[in-house]
Amino acid sequence: MRDMTLDDLHGDVGVEHTLTYADGFRRRIYAVEREVPFPEGRLIVSRTDPAGIITHANESFVAMSGFSLDELIGEQHYILRHPAMPAVAFKGLWDTINQGQKWHGYVKNLRKDGAYYWVHASVVPNIRNGRIVGFTSVRRKPSRSKVAECTELYKTLM
Amino acid sequence: MTLTFTVSPDFNTKYLPGWFVVNTLLQRQLGEGIHLETFDDFDALHAAMRADQIDLIYANPFDAARLVRDHGFIAVARPHQRPDEAIIAARADGAIHAVEDLRPGARIASTDNPDVHMMSMIMIEPADLDATNVAIQLRPNYVLVAKSVLTGEADVGFFLAETFDELSATVRNQLRVLVRSQIYVISHAFLIHPRIGDRFEALQRVLLGMVNDPKGRAALDDVGIQAWDPMDQEEVEFMIDLMVALTA
Repeated sequence: MRDMTLDDLHGDVGVEHTLTYADGFRRRIYAVEREVPFPEGRLIVSRTDPAGIITHANESFVAMSGFSLDELIGEQHYILRHPAMPAVAFKGLWDTINQGQKWHGYVKNLRKDGAYYWVHASVVPNIRNGRIVGFTSVRRKPSRSKVAECTELYKTLM
Repeated sequence: MTLTFTVSPDFNTKYLPGWFVVNTLLQRQLGEGIHLETFDDFDALHAAMRADQIDLIYANPFDAARLVRDHGFIAVARPHQRPDEAIIAARADGAIHAVEDLRPGARIASTDNPDVHMMSMIMIEPADLDATNVAIQLRPNYVLVAKSVLTGEADVGFFLAETFDELSATVRNQLRVLVRSQIYVISHAFLIHPRIGDRFEALQRVLLGMVNDPKGRAALDDVGIQAWDPMDQEEVEFMIDLMVALTA
């Protein structure tokens, strides 16, 4: 996964951050203060292997992320991590799904062009023959009141 | 042994004769007795599922999930390009122009179709609405859902998109579509009980071959299906994972 460059922003002004992910990988990103609305009636769907590597992404996932399908398959799902999201939220997600449980929450995602989109995300483990073989994540349009609530909450968790 | 075949009760009643034609074709081509049992509503179907009375079923996604996960049913086929999608509609001349215009206490006309209900409930979440703060009015069919909206008994109605599109133009023109789901991967599925798992290959061959034979094509037309696509166990498991995620 490469660092973002100013060329990715297509002329928008971005704030530079260096993100360190749970596996220690570091990446430079630029966050742009522009929200892309969630498409009406759609679901964003992706699947990963047990290590969080993307194995499937639907059309809405590709469109909203700004990446091509080829750029997404084989990458870590954390390619979408926005700097305004606290690491503790993702720790809670992974702890829950690795125990074979469903997780759901509100997530601010980073696009390839530095803009963002909010989702109401649900993640379920794919259990086959008693074994977790991957995870399915489904994102839907969130309510604005939940987004406002989480925006404030996440600031306190950084 | 005569096998019992059933069809999810959410099909359009105009397709009922067609399902008898499909059943006859399956009997002839598989060379065994199959009885088509239809149920008036989901309660009756679910009672038959619990009593283990079903061998073959064209199941709606919710029942498919339950039958595969809890009873070990095997996925055989799914209808080609015919996903289940939902529509939320209000009166065209009313004040509700978007889901976000709905308020707690909203009156919603719906049917007992669990898929449409689930997809539609997801689509009202952006208005901070859920099962705890809306009033659901159950109606026996989508025509009566439309009537409830048009008479003002309900603020909005939940519809199976395919059925909404088949309402008369007069009715549709009096309704405003607020949102139409575009999920694409949730669909009905043709399943068999594991006790007849040895018929999987023969049945899949017959279903997939229907589109290549004039009688088969006519039977497909009669039930509103273009063709059958093979459905493997992982595809049905994926659909179930997705629905489990949505009901979280």
